[in-house]
Amino acid sequence: MKFKSTGILPGFGLTMGFTLAYLSLIVLIPLAALILKSTTLTWAQFVQEVTSPRVMASYKLTFGASLVGALINSVFGVIVAWVLVRYEFPGKKLVDAMVDLPFALPTAVAGITLTALYAPTGWIGRLLEPLGIPVAYTPLGVVVALTFIGLPFVVRTLQPVLESLDPEMEKAAVSLGAGRWYTVTRVILPTLAPAWITGSSLAFARAVGEYGSVVFIAGNMPMKTEITPLLIITKLEQYDYAGATSIGVVMLVISFTLLLAINWLQSRTGVHRIH
Amino acid sequence: MAPRVDEVKTYPVLDPARALTEPRWVRWVLIAVALSFIALFLLVPLAQVFASALDKGMGYYFNAVREPAALSAVKLTLVAAFFSVVFNSAFGLASAWAITKFRFPGKSLLITLIDLPFTVSPVVSGLIYVLLFGLQGLLGPWLKAHNLHIIFALPGIVLATVFVTFPFISRELIPLMQEQGSEEEEAAMVLGAGGRQIFWKVTLPNIQWGLLYGVILCNARAMGEFGAVSVVSGHIRGLTNTLPLHVEILYNEYDFTAAFAVASLLTFLAVLTLIAKTLVGLKYEKSRQTPAAQAESGIA
Repeated sequence: MKFKSTGILPGFGLTMGFTLAYLSLIVLIPLAALILKSTTLTWAQFVQEVTSPRVMASYKLTFGASLVGALINSVFGVIVAWVLVRYEFPGKKLVDAMVDLPFALPTAVAGITLTALYAPTGWIGRLLEPLGIPVAYTPLGVVVALTFIGLPFVVRTLQPVLESLDPEMEKAAVSLGAGRWYTVTRVILPTLAPAWITGSSLAFARAVGEYGSVVFIAGNMPMKTEITPLLIITKLEQYDYAGATSIGVVMLVISFTLLLAINWLQSRTGVHRIH
Repeated sequence: MAPRVDEVKTYPVLDPARALTEPRWVRWVLIAVALSFIALFLLVPLAQVFASALDKGMGYYFNAVREPAALSAVKLTLVAAFFSVVFNSAFGLASAWAITKFRFPGKSLLITLIDLPFTVSPVVSGLIYVLLFGLQGLLGPWLKAHNLHIIFALPGIVLATVFVTFPFISRELIPLMQEQGSEEEEAAMVLGAGGRQIFWKVTLPNIQWGLLYGVILCNARAMGEFGAVSVVSGHIRGLTNTLPLHVEILYNEYDFTAAFAVASLLTFLAVLTLIAKTLVGLKYEKSRQTPAAQAESGIA
């Protein structure tokens, strides 16, 4: 393939060369090492590794909890975004800035903090324990951690779309006799839908691979509260490279698929900020 | 589903001003729900960090953050973050220049590949380097023969950190430079400026706030990275422990107060990041709205 550029500015060779070299060294070659290592296994071995009962249980927890976390964030995220864009209240700027805390706070800190909060003796755990709702060291704890880390995605994806909504559209709906509820549910929310799905997918994708915030609160019991990324680490520590590699390949394929799906959604919505 | 006209007509005529916003009680309820959610998931955890850190008083707190293992973790974290910011800034600038100033086949594939580390699990990010450079890895025997250490050593930690922060600056600069177009650079070239001059005097002033914004995000993630670094570090206390790993060790040793004391340093960093992000974000938005005005002040 001839790599010809169109454009009169200088520097194509230099910048493109550096880009490709750096991308290959940091991302492509190491990822290729993972794929290459997995080819030392036969197909039957690979299938056995990635479908063993313990691994299947970890998929169920990882994807189930990620989905629930993304759903919680899609409901509260749209309310937070709506309130931040449409209403005025004291401390609004502060709240707006705080939404990004889960991006900025290291996941290990989030993990030990949420564990302390939701442990049976913690500030929140103490209130839930008498109600018969244990959170720490249960799948519910995993949901709490994944909700925390996914919180900014829906809000930050919806905010710019809400801000750029044409007010004429709402006025038109009103002049045609629509009430507020009708305008919101039939005019505004459908317009937000693509960005809403994009934001929720981003939260889901982030949650599926998450490790730091989950391992402390999960309790990490095999078959019960063990997430898939943790299983990779466990296998590595047992020098089970075949097992770690196989699960790693599955996780990689899933993240790549999610990335393509999200890119496709973004190209349809014009939402391009991913953080 | 398009509303049918007769369906719409059944609504009574409303006061337009009232019809453009929600009733007062709905607004109050929504604000209350949003603020409760934020308080429960963000504010309470923040308070918990500092309450737990100061559990045993100021003396214990300062001992925990000043002991040699903590200080060496701070140093290692700063080193890893420094390399991530420098390398990924260079990559961000180069890739954004190549992608936004030229047309070439495979551009969207390239952008997708740049985004890839963003969705890869941190654990997988660490795993790939272990499989490449570890003792059982593809280059392991060769590295051992030459007495080179990457895994369980500084280079591995830097590599894993660079990987997880890989797209942060690039993804900030590509849309920004796309938006700004190439007219100003082309004008500078017609006026006789060389490549280096165009970059330093035209492009960089135009994108400085976007670059800084990306650097802030990259730095925060680099300093806080846990999963990827955990896989490649080997957890050698005082040698290959970054701050988040040091937090984990203290926590697993049931020294919760010390763990939260060190965690509070990272929490300060997170709060600083949010403040810097907000302030730089304001400048950034402004510079995006009037790229021409920004360029004028940059050239002058």
